[in-house]
Amino acid sequence: MDPERFFTASRVVIVAGKGGVGKTTVTAALARAASRSGLTPLIVELEGKSGMASMFGREPLDYTEVELAGAGGGHGAIRARTLTPDDALLEYLQDTGLKRLSKRLVSSGVIDMVATAIPGIRDIIVLGKVKQIERAMAAGADGSPDLVLIDAPAAGHAITFLRSARGLLDAVRVGPIRSQATDVQEMLTEPASAQVVLVTLPEETPVNELVETAFSLEDEVGVSLGPVVVNGLYPDVAGLDADPEEAAGAAGASLRGGEAGELEAAAAFRRHRIALQEEQVERLAESLPLPQLRLPFLFTSELDPTGLERLADAVLAGVGATPDLDEAEAAP
Amino acid sequence: MTGTEGNEETGKTEGPEAARAVPGSVAELVRDAEIVICCGSGGVGKTTTAAVLALQAARDGRRAVVVTIDPARRLADALGLEGIGNTPTPIDGPWPGQLSAVMLDTKSTFDSVVQRYAADDEQAERILANRFYRNISGALSGTQEYMAMEKLYELQADDAFDLVVVDTPPTRHALDFLDAPANLTRFLDHRLYRVLTAPTRGVMKAVNAAAVTFVRSVSKVVGAEVFDDAIAFFQAFEGMEAGFRERAAAVLQLLDDPRTAFVLVASPRRDAVAEARFFADRLEEGAIPVAALVVNRVHPTFGDGDPDTLRARAETFAGTDLGGLYANLADFAAVGRREAGHLAGLAEQVAPAPVARVPFLRSDVHDLDGLTEIAGHLFAPA
Repeated sequence: MDPERFFTASRVVIVAGKGGVGKTTVTAALARAASRSGLTPLIVELEGKSGMASMFGREPLDYTEVELAGAGGGHGAIRARTLTPDDALLEYLQDTGLKRLSKRLVSSGVIDMVATAIPGIRDIIVLGKVKQIERAMAAGADGSPDLVLIDAPAAGHAITFLRSARGLLDAVRVGPIRSQATDVQEMLTEPASAQVVLVTLPEETPVNELVETAFSLEDEVGVSLGPVVVNGLYPDVAGLDADPEEAAGAAGASLRGGEAGELEAAAAFRRHRIALQEEQVERLAESLPLPQLRLPFLFTSELDPTGLERLADAVLAGVGATPDLDEAEAAP
Repeated sequence: MTGTEGNEETGKTEGPEAARAVPGSVAELVRDAEIVICCGSGGVGKTTTAAVLALQAARDGRRAVVVTIDPARRLADALGLEGIGNTPTPIDGPWPGQLSAVMLDTKSTFDSVVQRYAADDEQAERILANRFYRNISGALSGTQEYMAMEKLYELQADDAFDLVVVDTPPTRHALDFLDAPANLTRFLDHRLYRVLTAPTRGVMKAVNAAAVTFVRSVSKVVGAEVFDDAIAFFQAFEGMEAGFRERAAAVLQLLDDPRTAFVLVASPRRDAVAEARFFADRLEEGAIPVAALVVNRVHPTFGDGDPDTLRARAETFAGTDLGGLYANLADFAAVGRREAGHLAGLAEQVAPAPVARVPFLRSDVHDLDGLTEIAGHLFAPA
């Protein structure tokens, strides 16, 4: 599939998955891959404390949009910002005509209390802000990114988070929060506006949870699912099945004492894990008929620019191998 | 509340942290602690670690209960159970002690708290039927942390158990649950809340004109109906806040009690270590030492070869089987060095807490045999 078409299938891509599966890494890799396809992605960080910026060798992000990587050589710029509930709420209050009061509302703790009492409010305010960005994109506003990538909260919370609109629609009958929830729900259920990319590791529990989450998101939120990303696959290495002594003989080399044992133990471990991983990837494919993007485990680097390029390579290779979806298949 | 811990006799603690004993090993922790709270970021193996600690206590002859807040039923998976509920379910096995497991059901825990503090059934019913209450007690974020602490309190007060092991909620931040009791108290203490729960609306006007402005503004944002529901909820709640406040204070005190041990769970990845260090800092602010550090998913190393040397060998023999074998060994040497680097600072920060390393296991843990394998690493003599 053509990468540009792939990356612009939905204006907003929500990257979700269980804790520890590498959502932040995958979000960054998708952004890098999109930028290499000439697009300008905007990364939105919701938790405000991740290694996103450091992957690009930059200072931690805040509510103001910054450029993580510049444009050039056919690459689009990568922009990023955080979207914290408190900042978004303040902005929302100002937009709702409560500018004069907003500071007092916050400093007096009233906002805090209301948000504690109705926790979905923070979520809906954040999603409302996403919707605002998405609307501007749809309208072709100046300075709009080509796609927004959201580094979502961990799985259990992601469902709650994305369900907040529906929950509030049940609870709130009138007022600005209700219209906000209506708009957010509309965005989440419109495939051209938003889709969710679920991330997993090639292991039993995360795969089970991804499948559960996928069905919950479709049933309870009605959001479209993009490809699933399998992160952390051990790349294959030639010679893993070879006997070290024989391999050394064939290469005309001699081994130190004990070295054959080390080579063999390491090879056996990798063989075993590769086999387990393949099993899980196949199981995932059987349980969930979605295209898969497979990202390698980075033995030699972690969250740095070099590693990121390797992951972006894998994303682009995966996208290239993904068949084109026609209109009928694009709908869930 | 200090000076009663057996560990102090071993002389392992000293200095400002002497109030709370740090065990010499994870095995000692499981033998002596009364409450163990496993904390750390998502995906590092908190649930499994909690299960293994409780299992080991049962093997030591203690009556242990492990409580998980995990919505994905991973604890049940790890224990090989079809499903466990909100009340302790005994797990039979070949151990002299007892092992029970609880899976926190936020809503029913909240319901029972309401029933406990309500003056009568009628008040409880009014609250349970309130739409605002149903919203906050359900799946919406925030209440899970409150209820985890509530369940912890309930179980530690139960004479049926010697040890309660808690797997903390998968919150946005690993620390949110620590703030849960304080958040609840702050919520109840808020002057707006007090105004809202004043006997009549008339009082509201007379008492605090500024509050009325706030109420109107908030009402404008969230919708009058939500606000009416909220007022009805607070009014129905009248008289119960004292019970809640007392309980929140008791829970806070429990977290601060020397009998409570915090076990930090991490994986040797940069982000998980950063989160663990952040957590350790927070505990340090409260003069609470980390009782033990458990590092899961540590990659195995094979020999002590230098990664760069091995990589050079791989390149020398590139294209041959030997080249591939060296490349693989170099991969593991590189990962091992990186992980050791991440962990060194963390172990130093939480010293003198014992550190247990659990290797990246060959397959997923979903039965007692798997837990036993992990136990072998957790309780191995350092």
